[in-house]
Amino acid sequence: MSVNVSRRQFFKVCAAGMGGSSLAALGFAPTAALAEVREFKLLRTTETRNTCTYCSVGCGIIMYGLGDGAKNAHAEIVHIEGDADHPVNRGTLCPKGAALLDFVHAPSRLKYPEVRMPGSSEWKRISWDEALDRIAGHMKEDRDRNFEAKNAEGATVNRWLTTGVLAASAASNETGYITHKVVRSLGILGFDNQARV
Amino acid sequence: MALQSLDIRARSATTTPLSSVRRGVEVAKLIDISKCIGCKACQSACMEWNDLRDAVGENTGSYDNPQNLTESSWTVMRFFETEPQGRLEWLIRKDGCMHCADPGCLKACPAPGAIVQYANGIVDFHQENCIGCGYCVAGCPFDIPRIAKKDSKAYKCTLCSDRVAVGLEPACIKTCPTGALVFGSKEDMIEHGNGRIADLKERGFQNAGLYDPAGVGGTHVMYVLQHADQPGLYALPNDPKISPLVSLWKGISKPIALAALGLAALGAFFHYIRVGPNEITDEDKESHDTTRPDRAQ
Amino acid sequence: MTNSWVDIKNANLVLIMGGNAAEAHPCGFKWVTEAKAHNKAKLVVVDPRFTRSAAVADYYAPIRAGSDIAFLGGVINYLLSHDKIQHEYVKAYTDVSFLVREDFGFKDGLFTGYDTDKHKYADRTSWNYELDAQGYVKTDPTLTHPRCVFNLMKAHYSRYTPEVVTRITGTPQDQFLKICEMIAECSAKDRVMTILYALGWTQHTQGSQMIRAAAMVQLLLGNVGMAGGGLNALRGHSNIQGLTDLGLLTDLLPGYMTLPSEKEADYETYIEKRTPKPMRPNQLNYWSNYPRFHVSLMKAWFGNAATKENNWCFDWLPKLDKPHDVLQVFEDMHNGKINGYICQGFNPLASFPNKAKLVESLSKLEYLVIIDPLATETSEFWKNFGPYNEVDSTKIQTEVFRLPSACFAEDDGSLVNSGRWLQWHWKGAEPPGEAKGDSEIIAELFTRLRAMYRKDGGAFPDAILNLTWPYLRPKSPSPDELAREFNGKALGDVTDPKDPKTVLAKAGDQLDSFAQLRDDGSTSAGCWLFTGAWTSKGNMMARRDNADPSGLGSTLGWAFAWPANRRVLYNRASCDPAGEPWDPRRELIAWTGQKWAGVDVPDFKADSPPEEGMNPFIMNPEGIARFFAVDKMNEGPFPEHYEPMESPLENNPMHPDNPLARNNPAVRVFKGDKEAMGTAKDFPYVATTYRLTEHFHYWTKHAKINAILQPQQFVEIGEDLAKEKGIANGDQVRVWSKRGEIRAVAVVTKRLKRLDVEGKAVHQIGIPIHWGFKGEARPGYLANTLTPFVGDANTNTPEFKAFLVNVAKA
Repeated sequence: MSVNVSRRQFFKVCAAGMGGSSLAALGFAPTAALAEVREFKLLRTTETRNTCTYCSVGCGIIMYGLGDGAKNAHAEIVHIEGDADHPVNRGTLCPKGAALLDFVHAPSRLKYPEVRMPGSSEWKRISWDEALDRIAGHMKEDRDRNFEAKNAEGATVNRWLTTGVLAASAASNETGYITHKVVRSLGILGFDNQARV
Repeated sequence: MALQSLDIRARSATTTPLSSVRRGVEVAKLIDISKCIGCKACQSACMEWNDLRDAVGENTGSYDNPQNLTESSWTVMRFFETEPQGRLEWLIRKDGCMHCADPGCLKACPAPGAIVQYANGIVDFHQENCIGCGYCVAGCPFDIPRIAKKDSKAYKCTLCSDRVAVGLEPACIKTCPTGALVFGSKEDMIEHGNGRIADLKERGFQNAGLYDPAGVGGTHVMYVLQHADQPGLYALPNDPKISPLVSLWKGISKPIALAALGLAALGAFFHYIRVGPNEITDEDKESHDTTRPDRAQ
Repeated sequence: MTNSWVDIKNANLVLIMGGNAAEAHPCGFKWVTEAKAHNKAKLVVVDPRFTRSAAVADYYAPIRAGSDIAFLGGVINYLLSHDKIQHEYVKAYTDVSFLVREDFGFKDGLFTGYDTDKHKYADRTSWNYELDAQGYVKTDPTLTHPRCVFNLMKAHYSRYTPEVVTRITGTPQDQFLKICEMIAECSAKDRVMTILYALGWTQHTQGSQMIRAAAMVQLLLGNVGMAGGGLNALRGHSNIQGLTDLGLLTDLLPGYMTLPSEKEADYETYIEKRTPKPMRPNQLNYWSNYPRFHVSLMKAWFGNAATKENNWCFDWLPKLDKPHDVLQVFEDMHNGKINGYICQGFNPLASFPNKAKLVESLSKLEYLVIIDPLATETSEFWKNFGPYNEVDSTKIQTEVFRLPSACFAEDDGSLVNSGRWLQWHWKGAEPPGEAKGDSEIIAELFTRLRAMYRKDGGAFPDAILNLTWPYLRPKSPSPDELAREFNGKALGDVTDPKDPKTVLAKAGDQLDSFAQLRDDGSTSAGCWLFTGAWTSKGNMMARRDNADPSGLGSTLGWAFAWPANRRVLYNRASCDPAGEPWDPRRELIAWTGQKWAGVDVPDFKADSPPEEGMNPFIMNPEGIARFFAVDKMNEGPFPEHYEPMESPLENNPMHPDNPLARNNPAVRVFKGDKEAMGTAKDFPYVATTYRLTEHFHYWTKHAKINAILQPQQFVEIGEDLAKEKGIANGDQVRVWSKRGEIRAVAVVTKRLKRLDVEGKAVHQIGIPIHWGFKGEARPGYLANTLTPFVGDANTNTPEFKAFLVNVAKA
């Protein structure tokens, strides 16, 4: 090994050498035989089993929430990792699944109902009741105005073509099922989910 | 297998003997580059587990992001497009601390207890003892430690010493979708690597091999390389050794320094804790970078 | 997927084509690496780009985007001309011996029955089998008849020679042939290939036929129904499979039942058309049960209001004049025919083609309702985001509501993964702020509407007022209640048809299987395919026994797989006609002498002995698998190569003299969209859009870690083209199509090679999606600014994977 040390580096090494060796030799250094690692952060969190929300591999995940479920403890999710028991992912997660925590706590998560009025360039916060009443009003008005009970040939068609619905393919079956049930009862045909694209 | 052992094998700038009665298992991480899809799940899990969030950077013409290790990015994927056997290969190497058996960072560190090596082989930085001098950076043959601007402390991969201490695998290991990362006793990992090498040879990679460089006493993070004869393809040093500066400091400067005990030495020490770290100069960087081939994208 | 994720480990050869499993499905891709590790399997990747799947492949070949049928047609030709097929399987379990009608033909790229004025196949009657007097298909087991499917298929694909394949696809001939050889090895009974595909096949104007062509390859090899085989669609979203199963598409009802068209406005016609008669003797013909599934659905939805006398409320179902798929809906919106739109967890401004058209369309709405956990681009389509969304808010009159919904972590429920597993999950925290669960939001809206109709009346209120709503909290139905409802229950006692004294399910009981469904109104089930998910024994979707006794990945105690907890579809075909497994190492089921049994749930009539001659493809009335798709596909019974709508070639090399056969002859193009298509003269480069592993569509740019991992929009350009254009790695470039322009960083790469197609150089440009003007990542352009507004001729899935652009240094 060739030693190739510049003058400046040599100076620095000596300086450091003096500092470090001095300390130890003078007995300044604590001599604990054990060093502490960072405290394991999940000791008493509450574990909840869930499924990754992204692709369709359906990886099992474990969500770690603050608190033990006590009434006064808000169950903030502090960590998510793969479920080692899951036959497909066996504990692994991809870069998206491994970062699910940042989706749950994304700064752009919506927190309140809002409305943007025609021509406006801003949102206005409104209550759930106001939002739902106004939406239901729009829907009923449009449906009553445009519902087709029969087609030109006189066949019963009972359809409403002027309002459409897109369903969420990351929503649960239970949400999907009730959405479908409601949508068809209204007579909507302009209805798809991400399977179309 | 009990993975945890908090017994200390080595401690920076410490001459008092360390406890050495108990014996534990030496652990290792094996990175099989031939199975790596460069998905960065390891980066993701590392950030999530260790509560790190680097800056949102930019794209400079490659998939590498963050583009280099930082105090908040303890591991990064490095992508190389190369044609070593006449056909295109996209080699993707997870970069991060190698947890050397003979750690240059620890040897170079002048701050007592800022760097420790556990009996299980993990080399860990203890920020409460770190004086931010940057000597670990100069001492590392793999260019791993980074000094944070925010608190002038050195940071790098801990091999999730907090998880390993309670019997868990590191976060990157657990998450790796393809099993390119595996973890266990060093012995088992060498064995596993040998199996992978045999498979690669059958698949036409005649020079497949294990990267466990002897120059640093072997490492607790090893690679299976398709082209072990050309570590440079992966921007790995051919024959990493602890910088001559560190040997110099251990071999010459230390006795000199000890001989000159007194106010001068203490003064030097207080200089560090008052003024803070020495910035790594371009000169240092340059001398280091010459050990690395040009990075392809 | 016909098979499951874990089953991939049983393969000898994995073909990834029309997808990029390593990047889009990394944790499922692990089973490819397991197949390599434990089965010495080989991985072959065919893709326009050298992807991260290709990075770990044993063999990679490039292909021109959109030319997959030419490639697969060439594979079919190779297998047939080299006699590398699983003969016994093909003979016994497919339609090769079936005779096709005499009037069927194929000429100049068109099948019989094409209407050149209407640009569609107006008459498909010739696309059918020849039937005997009993209505059974005529066959020629000797395979010598010129009109048997085998000979028609052979003739059709004989045109796809290796030379032709190379000319069209740009795949070098030696590479194409090498892949053919590897595939051909899997015609052996003990060697199995799996095919993994995704949107790389579906997002083409001929996407459905690409998938059919792949299925034909698998059938020739005898790989369908086998452990480690099958044709595996790797689906995009966590419950896109479930929503498809539940029929949330314009023309579907739950469980792949279909809505009536307005031409089938009477119940008898509707049912008769959907209840096929067996087309060969002794076949199970499972869809003969359609009336049971349908009546049970109508009982679930309309309860006591649905009676035999009113045809189970058949009139209440909306009737289709045409499919109102998303392209049709946005076309109508663009023409001012749509007033309201509700987007539940969907970001159409980013997801559908031609962003400019989408903004214009949304601007014509009276009201838009967004239900989402995140602030999506769609919810702010009216807001100016500089170059990324240049609009004038004052001119947009749409009233937009944005309702915050819970995310996965904040609700209970089930999702169906690609392997058809219904897996239950549990809530771990409350949603932020005032956000509510999606079911609750829908229920709140519905109960309000119902109250308004009850009070004030209005257009056709019957279906609304009589919709069953038995939930303990009507404004917030619980996931448990909904899951029990779609599983189904007995309304009256359900008895065994063989022995009416045996009660299989007492009135009020949850049903254990769809075999218990009846068409007399005594059962209800919201989705027959999911029956078995929440039985009298409780929630089967929540089961967590991961034992895999056979080692084949058949974890029957884990969750619930539709149908009937079956893990490999068509598994009867994994045995020879006598009931012995083709490959003893891959024994899923076998005939025990009394019944079919094994480590999987038999996809078959469990007590039908082999000598009865029932065939494995029980969902087809013929009992066999079809090479000849009869009249089921809009562009013909055999997949044929057509050029993408925007192609660098002026003609289809297969039919250079017939302009009608340049593109898919059955494709639907709206007026205005045709004019917005570019030609190679102005847009010389083939572009393709795709996902990166660091991101999930337009969601993860909201997540900090993912924004860090892939922060900024880029496009991928091959070194040759970059040199030609003076573009250096890292430069800003502009990429434009006839529909718009984006700017991004250029990643100049060896991974995109110039291809030689029809004697000319074709360059391809890669355009990752993922960026937009909301979220944590650097703002970028929605990639669909560039894409054409046209879809597959069967599904109308947009052609995002092959179109034309130009590029220059910005």
